[in-house]
Amino acid sequence: MKQEHPKYEPATEVDFVVIGAGAAGGILAKELSTAGFRIVVLEQGPYLREADFEHDELKYVFHGAITNDFKRQPNTFRKTEKEKAKTQPAIAYARLVGGGSVHFTTNYWRFHEIDFIERSKLGPIAGTGFADWPVTYTDLEPYYTKAEWDLGVSGLAGTSPFDPWRSKPYPLPPLPIKSSGVLTERGARKLGWHAFPAPMAIISQPYRGRAACLHCGFCELYGCEVKAKSSTLATVIPEAERTGRCEIRPDSYVRKIETDKSGRATGVIYFDKAGHEIFQRAKAVVISANGAETPRLLLMSKSNLFPHGLANSSGLVGRYLMFNGAALAGGLFEHQLNEYKSVVVTRVIHDFYDTDPKRGFYGGGGIDMRLDLYPIGFAMFGLPPDTPQWGAGFKAALKEYFTRSVYVFGHTTSLPVASNSISLDPAVKDAWGLPAMRVTYKDHLDDMKTMKFFLDRGMELLDAADARKKWAFPLQESTFSAHLLGTCRMGDDPRRSVINKSHRAHDVPNLFICDGSSFVTSGRGQPTCTIQALAYRAADQIIGMAKRGEIK
Amino acid sequence: MKRNEISRRLFLGNLSGGLGAAWLASRMPEILAAQDHAHRAAISRKPVKFEFFTAEQAAEVEAIAAQIIPSDSSPGAREAHVIYFIDRALTTFDKDKQKLYADGLKRLQRALKKFAPKAARFSEAADERQIETLKAIEKTPFFQTVRTHTIIGFLANPDYGGNFERAGWKVIGFEDNFFYQPPFGYYDRDYKEGQ
Repeated sequence: MKQEHPKYEPATEVDFVVIGAGAAGGILAKELSTAGFRIVVLEQGPYLREADFEHDELKYVFHGAITNDFKRQPNTFRKTEKEKAKTQPAIAYARLVGGGSVHFTTNYWRFHEIDFIERSKLGPIAGTGFADWPVTYTDLEPYYTKAEWDLGVSGLAGTSPFDPWRSKPYPLPPLPIKSSGVLTERGARKLGWHAFPAPMAIISQPYRGRAACLHCGFCELYGCEVKAKSSTLATVIPEAERTGRCEIRPDSYVRKIETDKSGRATGVIYFDKAGHEIFQRAKAVVISANGAETPRLLLMSKSNLFPHGLANSSGLVGRYLMFNGAALAGGLFEHQLNEYKSVVVTRVIHDFYDTDPKRGFYGGGGIDMRLDLYPIGFAMFGLPPDTPQWGAGFKAALKEYFTRSVYVFGHTTSLPVASNSISLDPAVKDAWGLPAMRVTYKDHLDDMKTMKFFLDRGMELLDAADARKKWAFPLQESTFSAHLLGTCRMGDDPRRSVINKSHRAHDVPNLFICDGSSFVTSGRGQPTCTIQALAYRAADQIIGMAKRGEIK
Repeated sequence: MKRNEISRRLFLGNLSGGLGAAWLASRMPEILAAQDHAHRAAISRKPVKFEFFTAEQAAEVEAIAAQIIPSDSSPGAREAHVIYFIDRALTTFDKDKQKLYADGLKRLQRALKKFAPKAARFSEAADERQIETLKAIEKTPFFQTVRTHTIIGFLANPDYGGNFERAGWKVIGFEDNFFYQPPFGYYDRDYKEGQ
């Protein structure tokens, strides 16, 4: 059926401009357009379809076919504010309609109740902005459920003793277990831990007109060719377009949010594909550009009225950047696992999710087994560090290890530290002449201790699962991440947060922000589920305000 | 070609796992679409000539690649046509590494004089001499780049000119079938809850 999608003139004042067609923006577009509003979604990347996606490791993993292009969009990096930042890739995000939801691994963990109230339970942590969220798990629960059912998530409720309560089971049964899952269960049982079926945003059975997963194995960093991955591209974005009120405008790179004398947003200025500047008028603006581009855009949107950047009276725009930590232990097994087949993860362990004050440091996380490297990446980075780098020994290792290896991956917390930030680089510019993003990041000492703790658990799990050989990948301070969290945090106090609990900017009444930047704490390394639950909740809040005439 | 392979498997009932042929049959349209895609991507065109290397340079670089991933009872960099991948890389996405190769080959020649003074070219030296020579330069950006290119040429999609007839994938045990059914590996065979 051919669908006529609307095309709005830039001079037409639409109800909302949504910046970013990703994990959050796609949901906001669908919810707002379904509620009757006229929407333009500006996406800096292209509008690719499933038929465009390929199994091509060189193109997708090494040449970044659907991620930000460091040559045209350089960023700089430094560990502390005292250093001069150097041009060096520090962040990655998917750059296409559907955003990160297209290429993510699809681990779909809800936050637990504790994630929202850790500060109250644990007390302050010196040198950090550790705080409670202004919303609780109870506030978000209906939206977690909505996300799981609207998008399509496979899992099995009631199998983890640590799971928070839920109002509804998963809409789809878990994906079939892989060898890594069986070994996770085996090891966990021996250690007295609890492995449970991984909740994944991939459909295990046909769902709402989409075909089930074929287990091709090309999930992480790839787009799904059969729409089995529940990206916003495969789910809510087509629904938004079907309302006839939502225009997805790809290849549109926003450089500024305009405001009038009263401090209200009037629309946004962006570059189209040809590089022409266009001003799209709107009654209200929603930014869902990701935890790095959202603060950058606000900082670039400075004016006489907002000299330090838009919505930045707190000075916190771009601050409290959180990457999530990672700990990686490798194991070689007697027989073939063939982990390259099917979805990345099938079992998860949450026994160490909560902070345990007895450990003497803040932090927690989740554990899974996976081999999320494809052949080239495995040959370059996947073998034990003591493997010969070339020659007969190297080839023999490739032969032996590729099908028999698996990693235990610890996904861990990051504390919100004010100096960890996204700011505008004073010297480096992007291909459009805009200030490049400057990333400042140094893991809190507790984050490093948490990673070490999870590395040790990983080695234990490999032993318990009877790995023939195990090895630790060296722990390093984070200098690169695709998890971009906390840079426009939500809160009740305008001096200590950028947006309120309805995602409205404290300083600008018709500006809303919803993506990873809204996070107050980092969760345990799987942010997408919560980003999307927040998006459904934000949409509800925004629709309510708009219908009550409160967005002026 | 791939299409026939699938049909053959389907009709021979050469399918294991709990889901069976009905599962597969119900997904044939998607599988075939995906396979078409795979087929297009997998067309391996062997270049008729080198675009960057001279024949002599190609022989030298191929000899290095063949030490990085040697040929033994299974194919190595040579059989996987890694050299064609490297030549193509240097005229397309890795153009900026042309000078690194040109300079690196000169450096190789100097190292060769020390370890194999009788050999006119690296590719003509005995295996042990080649290995000694490469050990002397293994930390250089040139060698590291050849190593990276060799790995990629061995394991990238055959469309890029290397991984000829999926030789590299076969060596490491990787298939790219676009669809699989459980069991995927040894440990998930006969899986039962709580086993």
